[in-house]
Amino acid sequence: MSRLVVASIGPASSVQDGGRHGAQRYGLTVSGAMDRLALAAANTLVGNDPSAAAVEIGPFGATFTARDGAVRVAIAGAPRNVDVAGKPVALDTSVTLKDGETLTLGFARGGAFTYLAIEGAIKGEPVFGSLAVNARAGLGSPYPRPLQAGDEFTVDAASGAPELRIELPKPVSGPIRVVMGPQDDEFDDANKALFLSSEWKISATSDRMGYRLEGPAIQHLHGHNIVSDGTVNGSIQVPGNGAPIVLMMDRGTSGGYPKIATVITADVGRLAQTSAGTAFRFKAVTMAEAQDEARKFAQLIKSLPDRLRSSDTVELNIEVLSDANVAGHAVNAMDAGTWQVTAEP
Amino acid sequence: MAETLPPPRLLPSGDSAVTVEFSRTIDDAANERVLALDKALATASIEGISETIPTYRSLLVHYDPGRIGFDALGEKLLAIAGQPLPPTTKARRWRIPVAYGGEHGIDLEDVAKALNTTPDDIVARHVGGDYRVAMIGFTPGWSYLSGLDKSLHMSRRQSPRLFTPAGTISIGGIQAGIQCLAAPSGWHLLGRTPVRTYQLHRNPTFLTEPGDRVTFFAIDHKTFEELDRAAEAGEIIAERADA
Repeated sequence: MSRLVVASIGPASSVQDGGRHGAQRYGLTVSGAMDRLALAAANTLVGNDPSAAAVEIGPFGATFTARDGAVRVAIAGAPRNVDVAGKPVALDTSVTLKDGETLTLGFARGGAFTYLAIEGAIKGEPVFGSLAVNARAGLGSPYPRPLQAGDEFTVDAASGAPELRIELPKPVSGPIRVVMGPQDDEFDDANKALFLSSEWKISATSDRMGYRLEGPAIQHLHGHNIVSDGTVNGSIQVPGNGAPIVLMMDRGTSGGYPKIATVITADVGRLAQTSAGTAFRFKAVTMAEAQDEARKFAQLIKSLPDRLRSSDTVELNIEVLSDANVAGHAVNAMDAGTWQVTAEP
Repeated sequence: MAETLPPPRLLPSGDSAVTVEFSRTIDDAANERVLALDKALATASIEGISETIPTYRSLLVHYDPGRIGFDALGEKLLAIAGQPLPPTTKARRWRIPVAYGGEHGIDLEDVAKALNTTPDDIVARHVGGDYRVAMIGFTPGWSYLSGLDKSLHMSRRQSPRLFTPAGTISIGGIQAGIQCLAAPSGWHLLGRTPVRTYQLHRNPTFLTEPGDRVTFFAIDHKTFEELDRAAEAGEIIAERADA
């Protein structure tokens, strides 16, 4: 066995997987990766199950060091500078750290969460089938809390398999799509139109529980109290102050504010990767379209193994990386292409 | 019962969940229907349903749109919900010990003042109630109870507290609650129970189920400490009144 040691890490970084399902009826939060596609891509690169546990790294930087042997990892998600022992590494590729080598991830640019998957996956004791950290409930494994410097993972020794890259489709851009409801009848037509026509920004106070939105105040038709009912990932509730909150992975399983709309499954990860302060809009789609997109999204995750390519065909050099990755080009999470910094062959 | 309630409504909750709503208010008859539908779905094995979440007045059904579409599922759900459903199994009855007032119930005196009575009287009214677990939600094991004495109905605090301790026994609006983990809350804190409604490595992990009945009894603060240690060791210290 090798070890991967967390040498340094910013806040909002934790072990996450596909989430904890089956006990929402007891108030047990689902949790899991904020961007399921990026988690799946990173895992697929190192031969893991797409929803296996990986490190979710928040917007700040992090460094990891291999000990007691080599460790093979893969990185996907929000773009940032990545290097191993000072040598640049592209996103959406696997890379092997030799014993003693350090992997360095810079600040996220134009996104929030980057996933570090480890060959053989992170090991721990699952609760309801999941290692995902839910700090509030003290759940998660091997550390039931955000990661800290000095934490370490006992991992499989690197297999020596050839390094891979994964070709992801061009990311969807444009508005975040929603299905109206379940309580859109708690708002009049003018306020529903205001919700759909306005420019929104994610507040800096947002976290894995919810994204607070800044924009015009949405008025309720009958006040802001409803009798608590169930919530889903992407529920958009409107509390008394009229500022919508999109419920994310660490949401409470029930809530007592009217929910004007729900982000479609295919766009939840895209919203999760929208950085604080970046403007975006919502767009209502039909249930048929939303379900079609959900099926396509599931199919995309299923197809990831077919999208693996040898990384030998990529001539990685600093110019290629800089073109895709350099600061100074304003990176916009809503702008197609900025997520995909892997050099094309 | 089915005759007195309007037919349920289907409310889309995104592309992978649907809410079957029986009522817009807190209503034990609607809650019975929610739990009966929940039970019926557990045995109906409808393709694509992954998880159901009963609440006071609605059942949230999570499903996989890759296996069943909204329209097809909705039709099946309404067909089952519209039938006269057998009542859920006989409710379990729990007696829950509570250390009232003092550091464990910091709002008890203020609640008594607001209702022009004494803390002892508030405790007597709270202990006198026969409650029903209408739903569990928000955080693990947080049990929302119906059946609060009408004389104890009072608005929630103007500003919610960011921290209330594990085991808090509180009232808010027309509801009573048993809180398991420390959490933010705008309810009025009457006391604290050593009972864990959720304990990770205990069997069962979750003590209460929607539909269970609950009564409270007062214990002194010294007994609280003793029972708290027993509970921490994994003992179930809530008493079964129906066993």
